[in-house]
Amino acid sequence: MTLIKLENVTKVYTTGEVPVTALKGINLEIGNRAFISFIGPSGSGKTTLLNLMGVLDKPTEGNLVVNGINISLLDRAEAATFRANILGFVFQNFNLIPVLTVYENVEYPLLLVKHTTAQERRDRILRLLEQVGMIDQKNKYPNQISGGQKQRVAVARALVTNPQVVLADEPTANLDHATAFKVIAIMHEMQKEFGTTFIFSTHDPKIVGEAEIIYTLEDGVLVNQETKNRN
Amino acid sequence: MRNLIKIAVRNLFRYKRRTLLTSSLIAFGVILVIVFGGLAISFKTQMVGILTNTALGDLQVHKKDYVESVDNLPLNLTLSGNKLAEVEQTLKQSPYVAAYSPRIKFGAMISNYAQTSNIRLSAVYPEMENKTCPGLVNRIEKNIPNPDQFIRPGEVIVPDNLMKGLGLKIGDEIVLVATNKDGSVNGIPLHIGAVIESVLGPAGKDGFIHIDDAKTLLRMNEPEIVEIAVHLKKFDQLNTAFNELKKGMVAPQSGIEVHTWEQLSPFASIARIVDLLILVVKFILISIVLVSILNIMTMSVYERISEIGTIAAIGTRPGRILSMFLMEGFAMGLLSTAVGIVIGLGLLWLMNLAPIDFTFGMMRVSLAPSIPAREVVLITIIVMLVSIFASLQPAYKASKMEPVDALGHV
Repeated sequence: MTLIKLENVTKVYTTGEVPVTALKGINLEIGNRAFISFIGPSGSGKTTLLNLMGVLDKPTEGNLVVNGINISLLDRAEAATFRANILGFVFQNFNLIPVLTVYENVEYPLLLVKHTTAQERRDRILRLLEQVGMIDQKNKYPNQISGGQKQRVAVARALVTNPQVVLADEPTANLDHATAFKVIAIMHEMQKEFGTTFIFSTHDPKIVGEAEIIYTLEDGVLVNQETKNRN
Repeated sequence: MRNLIKIAVRNLFRYKRRTLLTSSLIAFGVILVIVFGGLAISFKTQMVGILTNTALGDLQVHKKDYVESVDNLPLNLTLSGNKLAEVEQTLKQSPYVAAYSPRIKFGAMISNYAQTSNIRLSAVYPEMENKTCPGLVNRIEKNIPNPDQFIRPGEVIVPDNLMKGLGLKIGDEIVLVATNKDGSVNGIPLHIGAVIESVLGPAGKDGFIHIDDAKTLLRMNEPEIVEIAVHLKKFDQLNTAFNELKKGMVAPQSGIEVHTWEQLSPFASIARIVDLLILVVKFILISIVLVSILNIMTMSVYERISEIGTIAAIGTRPGRILSMFLMEGFAMGLLSTAVGIVIGLGLLWLMNLAPIDFTFGMMRVSLAPSIPAREVVLITIIVMLVSIFASLQPAYKASKMEPVDALGHV
């Protein structure tokens, strides 16, 4: 089943008087339970593509359908609700809320989604923190943990609402290699455990080994698709 | 909601020094309003209390046009007979009136047989006058065993400046000479019963005699009352009582007027200036809160653009982001107000331990500052509303940020 569908998607930014085309006519379909990586050098359009799929931005041309909804038709508030219910995000700079503890950071998105009791929230948060190995750090604030730990918390936060897709833009860019591999491994475990589609971007070809499908972007154009058979 | 409050409060304490400085500034404004308001309200209340409880009463009833010609103390604009009975009946039946005192006010000459001066006299029934102006006996420089009989027939109470001027002492005989409404001059001998300090300062020459002596002096068959001073059960019902009495008495053609103390005393202007000063201090507070909160919230938004992008990206609706920043400004206002109120009330309490005494005109004033609870509530509401108003623009800006732009902000 197709979860994300891009039809001839183009994105043009206008910086000053100069229009910059970040994506050119992208056609792509992503299904359920996938573990996908976009690679390419800086400026190739990875972040723009993830922003579009994450309903953080809208395409200049073409259609982008996520979970059956054409995102161009959503207003700001609807887009926010859509993100809260369907998507999870992992950012390059971790982007944890500094005034909240590890536990509270993971709890935050759950409070935006209705129909969860306090007990359900607690059980789900503790289980996720256990799975990403951060249960012992749950009462610490972001400035009291390492970069790798922050990213693990970010993964738990992205998964806590049980989203259909987690989008991770350069999640390992600020981590050393060993930690980067661990984070990707955790993401892959979570994908298997929860059946969530993970889409991550990187400019580091060494860490894409875990990905099932690897798309290569160059100058806003999809130039290659590599599918690995894990069976 | 609880989460919003938690984030707002924690964000405030993220930059402790800045929050402390801004809070101190707002708290200072609140302290200023409370202390200044407490002192000013206390001063005004004391002064109004002295005027109404020792001289004017809370309200006065006169014959129409009397107040306009009060400087001449006319004796032809009086209430007597059925008209007086009607007015007294209305006052007795009013649920607002605690007591009233009919007075005959007139000008006279006072002579010690060697020297003569002029005096303004209030002829009263001492029992009714004491109930209407209970503070009057405190101005009399003599131990009064029964305040309801502070003046007896055959006696006159003379202001201290006249006593000194005429070289009089208590018990001396003097002669009062007055012209009645028909132009007939009469004089009666009286004894100095007591000395009274003037509430109006050195220029005041107000004395008291018993109303029976006034009838004799002015050759009246029945009391012809010039003014009726009214004491209310509750002073804060002044306007309601005024309107009710006016409705009951001041029918067209009735020839009766009712005045509040404010319409009769020049101190009402000073009281209004005091109110104006309190208002000015409140405006200063509003300015302090507005500038402080606007400044800190604007800085807060600019410093946290990336964070705003994050919370927007993970699904926080724009309205919730707006609420989050409004809550932060509100929490800052609330915190500062609470601190300001505690310190302000503490300072007022300390001032009450050592009351401030001074003389205003000839009135001895002892300031025991206090601030009504409604003023404290009003200050709190003002600060809260201004805090929210000041946070509105930065909060709106935060809520309008596109997540993709905010996330990319460095």
